[in-house]
Amino acid sequence: MDTIAFGLIIAITLGSALMVVISKQLLYSAIALLFTLFGVAGLYIFMWADFMAGVQVVVYIGGILVLLIFGIMLTNKISSVNISHTSLQRGVGAVVTLGVLGFLIPMIKNTSWLQLSSAEPTQTAESIGRLLMMEYLLPFEVASLLLLGALIGAAMLSRNTN
Amino acid sequence: MDNLQTYLYISAILFSLGLYGVITRRNGIAVLMGVELILNSANINFVAFARFGGMNFSGQVFALFVIIMAAAEAAVALAIIINVFNNLDTVNIDDARELKL
Amino acid sequence: MTGDMLINYALGILFLPLVSFTILIFVGKRLPRQGDIVAIGTILLTLILSLAMFGSMLLSHDPLFKHEASFTWMDLGDFKIKLGFLIDNITIIMLLVVSLISTMTHIFSTKYMEGDIRYSRYYAYLGLFTFSMNGIVLANNLVSLYIFWELVGVSSYLLIGHWFEKDSAADASKKAFLTNRVGDIGFFIGLMIVFTALGTFNYAEIFEGVAKGTISGTLLTFAGIGLFMGAVGKSSQFPLHIWLPDAMEGPTPVSALMHAATMVAAGVYLSVRLFPLFTPDALLFIAYTGGFTAIFAATIAITQNDIKKVLAYSTVSQLGYMILAVGTGAYVAGFFHLVTHAMFKACLFYGSGSVIHAMHHSLHNLKDHDTDPQDMRNMGGFKSKMPITYWTMLIATLAISGVPLFSGFLSKDAVLAGTLSFASHHPQHFLLPIFGFSAALITAFYMFRLIFMTFHNEPKLPNVYKDIHESPKPMVFPLILLSSLSVFIFYTLPYFNPLSDHGWFMELIKAKDSMVPGNPSAHYIAEGMHHSHNLTMILSILVASLGILLSWTVYIKKSVSADDWAKRLNHYYDLSLNKYYFDENYNKYLYQPFLRLSNRVSYIDWDLYDKYFINGFGRITKWLSIISGKIDYDGLDQTIVDGLGRSMGKAGSSLKEIQTGRLQNYMLFALFGVIIIIIFQSF
Repeated sequence: MDTIAFGLIIAITLGSALMVVISKQLLYSAIALLFTLFGVAGLYIFMWADFMAGVQVVVYIGGILVLLIFGIMLTNKISSVNISHTSLQRGVGAVVTLGVLGFLIPMIKNTSWLQLSSAEPTQTAESIGRLLMMEYLLPFEVASLLLLGALIGAAMLSRNTN
Repeated sequence: MDNLQTYLYISAILFSLGLYGVITRRNGIAVLMGVELILNSANINFVAFARFGGMNFSGQVFALFVIIMAAAEAAVALAIIINVFNNLDTVNIDDARELKL
Repeated sequence: MTGDMLINYALGILFLPLVSFTILIFVGKRLPRQGDIVAIGTILLTLILSLAMFGSMLLSHDPLFKHEASFTWMDLGDFKIKLGFLIDNITIIMLLVVSLISTMTHIFSTKYMEGDIRYSRYYAYLGLFTFSMNGIVLANNLVSLYIFWELVGVSSYLLIGHWFEKDSAADASKKAFLTNRVGDIGFFIGLMIVFTALGTFNYAEIFEGVAKGTISGTLLTFAGIGLFMGAVGKSSQFPLHIWLPDAMEGPTPVSALMHAATMVAAGVYLSVRLFPLFTPDALLFIAYTGGFTAIFAATIAITQNDIKKVLAYSTVSQLGYMILAVGTGAYVAGFFHLVTHAMFKACLFYGSGSVIHAMHHSLHNLKDHDTDPQDMRNMGGFKSKMPITYWTMLIATLAISGVPLFSGFLSKDAVLAGTLSFASHHPQHFLLPIFGFSAALITAFYMFRLIFMTFHNEPKLPNVYKDIHESPKPMVFPLILLSSLSVFIFYTLPYFNPLSDHGWFMELIKAKDSMVPGNPSAHYIAEGMHHSHNLTMILSILVASLGILLSWTVYIKKSVSADDWAKRLNHYYDLSLNKYYFDENYNKYLYQPFLRLSNRVSYIDWDLYDKYFINGFGRITKWLSIISGKIDYDGLDQTIVDGLGRSMGKAGSSLKEIQTGRLQNYMLFALFGVIIIIIFQSF
């Protein structure tokens, strides 16, 4: 059962990812992205990172994806609906991508990874919270600053200048 | 199946696909989607190493930070794209070539 | 006089005229009276020095006197050329002759050349000539002789062409120089034969070599004849006699100095000096050349109407006499005749100059520029108007005709005695005395013809005759002096016998033996001469009187008409009048073919060589430079230099395309780079 579900999640993730980059229609890409993100969340769950799965769904799908769809809506011409042609350097791009892949896969296969087995954690959120507040306090505060900056920046960028 | 390598493979494939999307797609927002894919693949990597590295939650914290940064970046990027759209009347990033010689 | 003093005097005599030349050439025009004082002063000094040497010679009365001094001119180890002075009695007498006649010329010219446009240059050239002539006389070796020989030729060229605006004068001066040069070719060949065989140029050493037999036989004959050819050219012997009559284009004093007394005598002087090395064959050649010239020139002189031309041919004839004397072995007689001839011939020339000067003045007053002032047919009856000129010329004419009581008689007598004695020893050469005596007869004839036509009879042009007057003192003085020197007494001292063959001259100039082994000794020759002396005397007096008588008959008594005879002997008259068409024949058979040959050769040089070869070079160069230019311009400049720029431009504009401005392209490039790094790392 686990394995089937696992395989399914992987299929969804990868298949949707493929759709994201291949689809000629932008909204189709957006929806495929949605499924990819869901798939990634599922993968998180398999990796015993349930909190991360939740954050993924809420922030990524609920925030970023919505933003993307807003963007799509705002930047479409009325006359032409969902026009998105793929670029002309597809061939080269494919080659390059396959090259990168061709490098990564053997690398992963040939490296002897250090794997430590461990028990399933019970208090994930608490552990993350504890880490955030104690060891990674500074990055936490900086992250908030970053968000502030992004907020202001985005607001500034998109204001009407006249 | 439930080993580190699987997740690494997935992450690698996602990364490549994201890369393909970034360098191939003409629409600016589609490029952003590619970027999101790349970020997600990085996240998977982090979490996988957290899981198989003695359940060290630092990996997940890091993934959290990545998500935060991704959000900020998506916001700003979209703001830029909308600006570009308002000025150039197109979202085709091939048309944003003012820096061309 | 000590040897050193002599050398100093000799140096003075040699170089004083050169000083005059240098001064007059550079500053002559600016000096008062155009500088003739300088010239006359230096020449007088020279004369005084020569007189001093002469006096010392008379006092020491040594027939074997000889003093030599030389210095090394060129020393290249094995090859040495030494130049120097040889002073013996012959030298001293020659120096005196040259200085005396030169002084007379200087004095005569003050009046004759008065107002001439190139007065100072004339005196300068006279100085140059005197210097060169003295150089010939003083030389003790063939090289310095040759140097001065050529210098004398140059002076002759300059002086004959004094009025070079006249074409005839310019042509004559060129002819003189070139004819001389032809003779000098022979001279040079002879010189080189001698040097190759003997290795020296010095007279004494050459004679030693000849005596030893180092050079002998045919080679020596050739050398002798070669050296003699120089004399043929300089002394105007047949066949190179053509220049002397034309040289009369020069001023009369110049004719007197050079072409009567001194320069032409240089050839005789050379023969006298080199007598010891002539083989019997060479001597024969010399004798016949001289003898033939004597009679040949005399036959031309008979018909000439220009007073100077008569004197010119007479000079050629008398020079023939001197050469004849050398050839028959009586070279002392030849030298004696040279000295006496210098005196009376110069006097005759000065006299003719005086006459011409008077004619010029008279014609100038009549504004007549067409009548020839030198033509004897325009003269006549000048006796009463120009007495001094008449009497002095008469004395000189008597001398040249060989009338006793005059110097010419003594010297001619000696020459003819030599030919008679030679013929008596070698009867097959009977022609030589025949030449000699016939020439004497003809000489007497035409010289008196000259006197009669000019000074006797009725004047042919009365209105010209009206203004004839005697010449001024500077012109008359040389006449008086020289005519008096033509009297016998000066040569027979301390004896007073007019018919003797003794006297200071004959005593001080003793013939030297010929160095050629087997030649008759001087004593032998002198003996022969002594034997034939009496016969010669009778014959020569006979011949002279016959000539004068004939002349008197034709020109004074007019019982024999000259014109009749001229018509009767029409052909011969023509030949004589036109100097046997020598110049015309030389032109037709020598000059023109040579000019044609030159044209042919110049065609090869000009049209073939220049056009094809030289111009070809030009064309090749042009072609090469075009190619080189192309290589440089099109190749280097365009292709390489500009091309580099252009390709850089193209590369730039192509590379510019990389900056597409597109984000994804840049990403692609970055990825490429990463991949490449990965590939490199994995290897």
